[in-house]
Amino acid sequence: MTLLRVEGLEARHGLLHAVRDVDLEVREGETLALIGANGAGKTTLLRTIAGAHRPSAGRIVFDGRDITRLSPHRRVKLGVALVPEGRRLFPDLTVEENLRVAAAAGRKGRWTVDGVLETFPLLAPLRRQRAASLSGGQQQAAAIARSLLTNPRLLLLDEVSLGLAPVAVDGVYEALQPLFETDTTIVLVEQDLGRALSVASRVVCMLEGRLVLEGAAGELTREQVTDAYFGLRRGAAA
Amino acid sequence: MNWANAVLHGVLLGGLYALLATGLSLMFGVMRIINLAHGSIALVGAYMAFLLTEHTSMSTYLSLVIVLPGALVVGYVLQLTVLERSLRGGELVPLLTTFGLLIVIANMLERFFSPDVHSLPSGRIGTASWRISSHFTVPWFDALILALAIGVLGGLHVLLRRTQLGRELRATAADADTAELLGVDARRVYAVATAIAVATAALAGVFYAMRSAFDPFSGPTQLIYAFEAVVIGGLGSLWGTLLGGIVLGVAQTVGAQIDVQYFALGGHVVFLAVLILRAVLQAGGLRLLPRGAAA
Repeated sequence: MTLLRVEGLEARHGLLHAVRDVDLEVREGETLALIGANGAGKTTLLRTIAGAHRPSAGRIVFDGRDITRLSPHRRVKLGVALVPEGRRLFPDLTVEENLRVAAAAGRKGRWTVDGVLETFPLLAPLRRQRAASLSGGQQQAAAIARSLLTNPRLLLLDEVSLGLAPVAVDGVYEALQPLFETDTTIVLVEQDLGRALSVASRVVCMLEGRLVLEGAAGELTREQVTDAYFGLRRGAAA
Repeated sequence: MNWANAVLHGVLLGGLYALLATGLSLMFGVMRIINLAHGSIALVGAYMAFLLTEHTSMSTYLSLVIVLPGALVVGYVLQLTVLERSLRGGELVPLLTTFGLLIVIANMLERFFSPDVHSLPSGRIGTASWRISSHFTVPWFDALILALAIGVLGGLHVLLRRTQLGRELRATAADADTAELLGVDARRVYAVATAIAVATAALAGVFYAMRSAFDPFSGPTQLIYAFEAVVIGGLGSLWGTLLGGIVLGVAQTVGAQIDVQYFALGGHVVFLAVLILRAVLQAGGLRLLPRGAAA
């Protein structure tokens, strides 16, 4: 079943045309990796789906409902959650307070504060600490945990490994593993191709605001992906 | 009056300034709005209580039962209709908007209530005092205001630290866009903050009007005192606001002890001293002499 459908979406940053005529379908339960070079429009696409960025044209349909004009907090209440690039924790709130802000979504479900602390055991001893005092990896875990507490049906993960040490990235993905395997629908932006291909069931590649490649993660060759990634025509790479 | 008594009265007076400054501090802390109409909004509260006490047999204290809920509604609507729009226009627009509001309020009050000076009845508490020694008295009314200020600040502290609304307020103050991504309705949170700010302003205005005479143009003077209290105490800090109010009150009464004319001046001097001191500390020391000339 299609959970999210994006039709002819356009988004701009002033004169920059960041997302151009994007059509995309995300099925319930799948993990979709969104890849592409810096500036390809991946973050803008995710932010537009979450409502943090206004599209200049196109439609976003979530669970059969047109959400194009809804404010971000209304989309969260319907079950769309974005873990923003750069973590964006509230620095002066404690870890637990950061997590509890998500209660504003008013969505009951399997995630509770104690539940996410079990899933992310590294956060448990930090719950009374100010978020600003956490390391990058700890902050990323807290940011994901916080979004999970809105009990989303669709989780958008934007560059969860950006700026983290490799060992911290491993930690974050290890914690995410159960999510990839369960019914939570995930769209993930990831720079690391190998990692994206290993966790996702399907991959789409963006280039200069357009979707240029789409396929099941197991069926695409690395060559196809890199060609689409850099916008090279086959053979021209040599 | 001796010096110790002057300090004591200054501390008590600080309660009124803290009460007046609370809403100013809250709105700046949550929305970065410097509400220039804050003193005038306090006056509107005083005039509403004036209307009720003049036309009914209600005491001023009882009139708060109507004035405060009314102020909450006014604040909520003010945010959604006026301030929210001005916030979208950038940092400076709210400053202009609230300045305009100040002028509109003052002139409307003059039109409806005439420029006459009024005062609200404060009952027996208004005049009674504890006489500790021949030179040392504690007026009940000022003690009541200080207790009220501590109560209001304490209540806000609990609200901000212990409730979901408080967490949403602090989260929105830190990063409204991210708060929205977690399901927080930032517009509603802002409206609630303004509602609370307007209600505390109205409360302060009613008590100010019981303590001294007021007219439609008293707003800006009260704004200056509230602003000084906020700046002395540190922007956006609630307990700092109480401390700032007390420092300002003591500076004024001690100034008046030196010479009655120096009442307001004492406060201004301390305010400027704090500003300069803070700049010096932030810059890591102001160099009045060229390097090497010291010692």
